[in-house]
Amino acid sequence: MKIKLLSTFVAAATAVAITASPVFAENVIRWASQGDALTSDPHAANESPTHSASRKIYDVLYYNDKDMKNTPWLATGHKLINATTWELSLRKGVRFHDGSDFTADDVKFSIDRAKSPTSDLKGDISAIEEVKVIGPHTVQIITKEPNPILRNQLTNIFIMSKAWSEKNNVTKPQDRAGKEETYAVRHAMGTGPFKLELREPDVKTILVKNNDWWGLKDNPHEVDKIIYTPIANQATRVAALLSGELDFILDPPLQDLNRIKNTAGLHLVQTAQVRTIFLGMNQGVKELLSSNVKGKNPLADQRVRQAMYQAINIEAIKKKVMRGYSVPAGLITPPAVHGYTEQLNSRRPYDVAGAKKLLADAGYGDGFSIQLDCPNNRYINDEGICQAVVGMLGKIGIKVTLSAIPKTIHFPKIKNRETDFYMLGWGVSTLDSHYVFNYLVKGADKGWNGTGFNDEDINNTILAIEKEVDFPKRDKMIAKVWQKLRDNVNYLPLHHQVIVWAMSDKLDIPIVADDGVRFIYTKFKK
Amino acid sequence: MIAYVIQRALQAVAVMVVVSLVSFMLFNFVGDPVDNMVGQEASYEERVAMRDNLGLNDPFLVQFARFMGNAAQGEFGISYRIQRPVADLIAERMPATLELVIASAILSVFLGIPMGVYTGIKPNSWLSRTFLVGSLVGVTLPTFVIGILLIYIFAVAWGVLPSFGRGEAVMLGWWSTGLLTASGWKAILMPSVTLALFQMTIILRLVRSEMLEVMRTDFIKFARARGLPDRMINFGHAFKNTLVPVITIVGLNLGSLIAFSIITETVFQWPGMGFLFIQAVGFADIPVMAAYLVLVAVIFVSINLFVDILYFVVDPRLRADKTVAAGN
Repeated sequence: MKIKLLSTFVAAATAVAITASPVFAENVIRWASQGDALTSDPHAANESPTHSASRKIYDVLYYNDKDMKNTPWLATGHKLINATTWELSLRKGVRFHDGSDFTADDVKFSIDRAKSPTSDLKGDISAIEEVKVIGPHTVQIITKEPNPILRNQLTNIFIMSKAWSEKNNVTKPQDRAGKEETYAVRHAMGTGPFKLELREPDVKTILVKNNDWWGLKDNPHEVDKIIYTPIANQATRVAALLSGELDFILDPPLQDLNRIKNTAGLHLVQTAQVRTIFLGMNQGVKELLSSNVKGKNPLADQRVRQAMYQAINIEAIKKKVMRGYSVPAGLITPPAVHGYTEQLNSRRPYDVAGAKKLLADAGYGDGFSIQLDCPNNRYINDEGICQAVVGMLGKIGIKVTLSAIPKTIHFPKIKNRETDFYMLGWGVSTLDSHYVFNYLVKGADKGWNGTGFNDEDINNTILAIEKEVDFPKRDKMIAKVWQKLRDNVNYLPLHHQVIVWAMSDKLDIPIVADDGVRFIYTKFKK
Repeated sequence: MIAYVIQRALQAVAVMVVVSLVSFMLFNFVGDPVDNMVGQEASYEERVAMRDNLGLNDPFLVQFARFMGNAAQGEFGISYRIQRPVADLIAERMPATLELVIASAILSVFLGIPMGVYTGIKPNSWLSRTFLVGSLVGVTLPTFVIGILLIYIFAVAWGVLPSFGRGEAVMLGWWSTGLLTASGWKAILMPSVTLALFQMTIILRLVRSEMLEVMRTDFIKFARARGLPDRMINFGHAFKNTLVPVITIVGLNLGSLIAFSIITETVFQWPGMGFLFIQAVGFADIPVMAAYLVLVAVIFVSINLFVDILYFVVDPRLRADKTVAAGN
């Protein structure tokens, strides 16, 4: 009797187990980072988190893959008709999420839209003069001047559907002074690996897998659903990861990395980011705004700048302030950028005695005072780095007052030339040195070059680099500019930022140097 | 009475105008919103053009007049950060903040008053002492510490409550409520306790000190001499007299909670107005900041008006004085 009961029970239990086991289990990734994408309109905001979000829903002509290699994506190939005309062949068989076909009309429409006055991306593609549709899968892009790095510039120009945009009245990105929000702010129609299911800005964004994505052949992935919830407070973000409510966080705070590493079921991945942190010094102005030295500018003397450089103990900053998570830099651009060399990245040695001697040689044996302006909410531990620098410069006799302020007030100071000595970090979206030179080295009284450095020969070289299509010749020019920067000590390079992602052991997502999560490379572990 | 209300309403409008003026002056110092809106590649000319487009290069009084004109028509512009109309944003976030604030107000009132009465009646019992010492925690610990502590205990260590967010919210017409779902109740628990602790302590101690004072008055002594039962003395007579200061405090607190529950909302990622405001400050999102500060002025002024009217209702002496004065 008992055995009969038991075997019945076992049979019943097995039957229930078999029928109850899910035939199809959904792979859902719940993740968070500090801020949300500003808008779903891919041309309306030129900043990394928004681009990263757009990249999941929209595709581009040329894509930076997980190794930051420029890869043909919606464009399959190119040929140069003449020095300023690029003919791109487009991928066939690509469909938008609503089923309509992707054609050359959509490419022309998207690039024109990205160039329109209310677009935030027009600076990226200012080199493009016109786009011509040659056939349903062929376009010609005509540039104003010969442009060797056009494909790098197209990596953030997302392709939208012309028909959808016309139907929903979003043929132009939103005018910020306007009165209404446009349809594209919270809705999207792309060709990308995921479809937008729900967007509540600052609360939740839900993406679902696009099973008809053209890229599944080469990049098969099993991510069915992505739920993104921004969490501003870093302690809460880490708590949500530790409690299992999240599977992945993009920006775990430095002080919690060890804790996450030591928690069962979680792990970290890290890489050097495409962003270098450095200090700028105003060497061009006659008299500093914040110094006790009157009538002359101590920063105008190369020996003073070199002394300040060699007084900074970057290894100590790496160990104590960055907790080991930084890569000391000898130049102001990271390894992923074309033009970087290991030799350029070697730092001048940390040498307090040598620095003091240089200062004395320059006539500042008694030191001088100056103010250092830093952001306190932009780069990883920005204020901490600056505090360390203050102490280190104090050792060679330079009395530094630190002003650490929010980024919305700090960056205008640089651009309005209201600072003598400032911290800045620079990301390079085209992965080419010219981008750095254009904004940080070319002499200008407006813009990001707050150093006052204005060398005519270098300025001409930079302009020549922009147009030079002979790559070996171009590389030589790039190397010349870097060497000049190094000898002249325009900037005090600090380190290449290191980004760390924290995730559950169920996931394996390769980390990418531009801090943009590419879920198409996710592998699930059982 | 009507004249009184009208007079207060006019004062309210004056307060709002002054608040708007002062906040507008401060916006020059919050930083450059254009920087956050365009990429680092944007040229100087582009930035100037955008500033012109947004009217940021106009003189201060022109900008202010334009803002007040638009505000009077209910037109608050578009958020620089999210690119949605400010009025929509605030309307969407208001239910979350109001639910949180009302939940914490109810908690603090229904816990604080009984505790206060008890410690007032029996000042030397050990339970009273426990309440008083324990309540110090509510006052001394900053809200974010309490919040993170609760998250650690209930979400990380025990995993019984969610560490962030509002749970599933149900739309009732224009109001989105989290109180109709289980996940909504779970989510509101910790933030409302965090927010309630400070208020509860204040109410507790206020009621206690008022009770102690009232218990010493002559009319209580006479009531006792007359032989009235303790319960009627404590609750029928003494307690009613403690209400006036409590109403004042709760009213004032309510206003500041609605406006500034920023820290709690940030810690718990609660999608309320305070959180919207702090994000706007970080971004130099002037339309949101301006609209929000005007709204805060309205809230404070209305609550204070309501509280003053409530005095009339609760305290018969005020009513009598007014009619006597009117009679003369």
